[in-house]
Amino acid sequence: MMAAGEAAAGASVGDFLALLKPRVMSLVVFTGAAGLYLAPFHPHPLLCAVAILCIALAAGAAGAINMWYDRDIDAVMARTCARPIPRGSVAPETALTFGLIVALFSVTIMGLALNGLAAFLLGFTIFFYAVIYTMWLKRRTPQNIVIGGLAGALPPLIGWEAATGEIAPLPLLLTLLIFLWTPPHFWALALWRARDYAAAGVPMMPLTHGEASTKRQILLYTIVLVPVTVAPGLLIGGSLLYLIPAFTLATIFVAFAVAVIREDGYRWAKKMFGYSILHLFLLFLLLTLAKGTGL
Amino acid sequence: MNENEKDRRRRQRSWALFAALIGFVLLMYAITIVRVKGGG
Repeated sequence: MMAAGEAAAGASVGDFLALLKPRVMSLVVFTGAAGLYLAPFHPHPLLCAVAILCIALAAGAAGAINMWYDRDIDAVMARTCARPIPRGSVAPETALTFGLIVALFSVTIMGLALNGLAAFLLGFTIFFYAVIYTMWLKRRTPQNIVIGGLAGALPPLIGWEAATGEIAPLPLLLTLLIFLWTPPHFWALALWRARDYAAAGVPMMPLTHGEASTKRQILLYTIVLVPVTVAPGLLIGGSLLYLIPAFTLATIFVAFAVAVIREDGYRWAKKMFGYSILHLFLLFLLLTLAKGTGL
Repeated sequence: MNENEKDRRRRQRSWALFAALIGFVLLMYAITIVRVKGGG
């Protein structure tokens, strides 16, 4: 392992951007922006842009703190061993400092530019992901991503809060939707990455309860997701532009889960993981289109 | 990594930090103007 000073001297701007987990950030930003757009009224466009920037930075800060804490297990997993800290490009303490500064910045700006409730929720989300999920749940229980999924589920609520300063049924329903989407999304990945997680000592569901049990739970979550996926369409006035495709997408998600149960290998599990990202993206895109067009 | 590359990265980080600080100041300035005008 490189000395801290040596690692810091070799760190590029790209390494610091990688600490912010830009791919995870993109879905968080999209759902947060959708929550903001779906709100009944909006602040000045500049403040809307600031709110989205704060959500993006908060997600990135949580990712950087996660990379600092998980540097030991990141180093032994094929999926994460090329991250800046295990690669020796960024010193762990530099990553932690960077994450904490970005977190403080995002929460403060959200509070100053938008409102206290949105800032509190943003701070809570960072705390939940970095401390409750990363430091407490991840290495202790196979329910890690079920409970920890709350952190990834909150952005639509934060977006809505930033615009209105109030809590309402629609953003809560969108939070529930992402919360229930998270387990099948991650367990599909865990099925074909089980060896990686085993090497790192992370008690993912396929390792602790077996593949058959995990696949049954994936199916159960996708079935429960069907009504939760449809419900937001009813709250925005029964939009057919949302309801018909959303029901179809949710049914396809169930079909993937059935295919995963029936297969011996991991071909459908890999496909299901990829589809799950597209699924969530399309649902939020449909919601914004339905609101924008009024159809 | 040779010294030239380290130096290039150090300068790159300095410029990025400078740009972030300028962005922060401009952002605070713009937020203040919008909020003072009642746009929040």
